[in-house]
Amino acid sequence: MTTHLLRGASPLGGAATDVLLADGRVAALGADARSGADAGTVTVDADGLVLLPGLVDLHTHLREPGREDAETVRSGTRAAAAGGFTAVHAMANTSPVADTAGVVEQVWRLGRDAGWVDVFPVGAVSVGLAGTQLAELGAMAHSAARVRVFSDDGQCVHDPVLMRRALEYVKAFDGVIAQHAQEPRLTVGAQMHEGAVSAEVGLAGWPAVAEEAIIARDVLLAEHVGSRLHVCHLSTAGSVEIVRWAKARGIAVTAEVTPHHLLLTDELARTYDPLYKVNPPLRTAEDVEALREALADGTIDIVATDHAPHTREDKDCEWAAAAFGMTGLETALPIVATTLVETGRMTWADVARVLSSAPARIGRVDTGPTPQGRPVAVGEPANLTLVDPAARWTVEPRQLRSASTNTPYGGRELSGRVVATFLRGRPTVLDGAPVDTDLDGTDPR
Amino acid sequence: MTGLRHLLSAADLDHAGAIAVLDTAAQMAATQSREIKKLPTLRGRTVVNLFFEDSTRTRISFEAAAKRLSADVINFSAKGSSVSKGESLKDTALTLQAMGADAVVIRHHASGAPHRLAHAGWVDAAVVNAGDGTHQHPTQALLDAFTLRRHLAGGSDNPDGVGLDLAGTHVAIVGDVLHSRVARSNVLLLHTLGARVTLVAPPTLVPVGVEAWPCAVSYDLDGVITDQQPDAVMMLRVQRERMGAGGGAASGATSFFPSPLEYTRTFGLDARRLRMLPDHAIVLHPGPMNRGLEISADAADSDRSVIVEQVSNGVAVRMAVLYLLLAGEREGWS
Ligand SMILES: [Zn+2]
Repeated sequence: MTTHLLRGASPLGGAATDVLLADGRVAALGADARSGADAGTVTVDADGLVLLPGLVDLHTHLREPGREDAETVRSGTRAAAAGGFTAVHAMANTSPVADTAGVVEQVWRLGRDAGWVDVFPVGAVSVGLAGTQLAELGAMAHSAARVRVFSDDGQCVHDPVLMRRALEYVKAFDGVIAQHAQEPRLTVGAQMHEGAVSAEVGLAGWPAVAEEAIIARDVLLAEHVGSRLHVCHLSTAGSVEIVRWAKARGIAVTAEVTPHHLLLTDELARTYDPLYKVNPPLRTAEDVEALREALADGTIDIVATDHAPHTREDKDCEWAAAAFGMTGLETALPIVATTLVETGRMTWADVARVLSSAPARIGRVDTGPTPQGRPVAVGEPANLTLVDPAARWTVEPRQLRSASTNTPYGGRELSGRVVATFLRGRPTVLDGAPVDTDLDGTDPR
Repeated sequence: MTGLRHLLSAADLDHAGAIAVLDTAAQMAATQSREIKKLPTLRGRTVVNLFFEDSTRTRISFEAAAKRLSADVINFSAKGSSVSKGESLKDTALTLQAMGADAVVIRHHASGAPHRLAHAGWVDAAVVNAGDGTHQHPTQALLDAFTLRRHLAGGSDNPDGVGLDLAGTHVAIVGDVLHSRVARSNVLLLHTLGARVTLVAPPTLVPVGVEAWPCAVSYDLDGVITDQQPDAVMMLRVQRERMGAGGGAASGATSFFPSPLEYTRTFGLDARRLRMLPDHAIVLHPGPMNRGLEISADAADSDRSVIVEQVSNGVAVRMAVLYLLLAGEREGWS
């Protein structure tokens, strides 16, 4: 296997050093790295670049099986690599639903064969996401896919008894329930955040309380049964308060925020452009500020993309008829850099925590056959991302690698760009572009 | 000043623009009392009525307005056709574009559909919003303002109130504000014209976020009538699906008020409340009415009711809108 020498990289934004990648691992740092390189070593000029552990997404919709017209495991993971990721958790709301060992193993194999990132399938909590009967959680946990994260994402596990049983049951294999917190009766027909803008533009409201009520219930359930709870795409200031309270109480709750909820607000609904239609909806500027603060102070543990590709026909229509969701894999790191690093509220070490080590730990993929989210240290797997923190670039939807173009950031200028990504020492991205054939000309995938 | 390209919301009109439409409508109304009603103004222009939602009264009003301006009119009723499921708004728009439509009058069940039609790059035509979801119905607000101006601002020397606004008048809008595009349009336009607006409704039928609107909100119709003596009361239609048991909650949706009877007792305009209004006050309703629910027959048919006049004023106002959008630039359109 080709060895790589990263010259002058700054691990977590610290002092520049050289890093040698060999045999899938970080083989040496500093002077040892230079002396360890040989004639066959490929040198990557990393001067001025920040070296991060490969990013880990806990919330990706890859759409395969079922909606290969919007995204496939191959196209989605290629986009993920371009965004600096070396692992993604593939959500279960496919067709068929990933509610059996067979489907999760299929997704896992598709990911392994594509070779862009490690794909960790998320298993459904309930059969068919119907919210009535537990799916075979144990079978998925003990399958080749080794599922640890279970979610009915897209639907809320709203039945409190089913939620309690799920929280309890996954303790047997150290699993976690990732809840899409949305009280269904309070959000019938909901189109956007309920507030001043919805009142004016006449789109049915999705009230903050519909999210907060479920989170409040779930942290109490998690406390009662002593289980781990993960809250997906937390979007309101009130949700932050509940999670803060629960953590102070010692409840085993973790929470994620999406890049779009860190940047965009419900004001965008005034355009009626369904590119801004997402679930949970874009909230107010006050919510955005509360989410940034909570991410910086650790109340929110991680950033997860909720990458949700959709075909053009599902977005090229009136708002109410359009699908919920936006793509996000290739813009996640730049948005965190723009909203939190550039503003001085987070360091690159914090970025490594919220986009790599913490999501890997929540998903229990920091150990096992293909560990992710590990420190940048000698002997660790060489899952790495090089970021140019000074690069400013304008998002051009057609240049992104997802098979779908429903990004809300078209024309927006962002800071920070992924230059290279390595998956166990093999470059998946170099010079900012996916490596579609191996360096010796053969297709590694 | 360049002409307005589209009329999507009452917010598109500033004070001068709104007065210009109303004054033009007054001119149009004057022509309608002549023996020959038809004007040659829009000869050779094509106006498409694109209705994704049933509304015979609004469609024939726009149709009459366009025809009296000598435009060619195409009625495209999309409800129940391929549009409701398969064919998209976009494909329909591209068809209209190919047909050479100069103006598209659109009624749609989805809020923002006219906005998409105007701004997604699908058509070049001027777009007139004839009611979208629970968002806006600007020509309804214009015809209401025209009617209010005639009765409350005009005098014997200026019966249509030409050149005047509605400064100093107080209008109570009563009923299902939450789902009403008529209420949203009227709040904006009446505020632009200087009127004071009070929304009166049960709290369940007032949207969260109403605090940002330029109006007052009350839950007490008797109190508003007694204490504030509004110059006009505009009753909103209450739809069957908002009602409680016995009112047809077939969808399984939870009703917004306990019963039709309780609604009528608390928020209906009946003979007693009519008598409590000041002598000059008028009663409006955008139609179609639910007699016996939000308005009693006594109120609907009283001499204070201008509901029938609203219909004829609607044609004049829509003539003015089509004329100003299609017959070139006009002052006051921002
Ligand atoms: Zn979700």
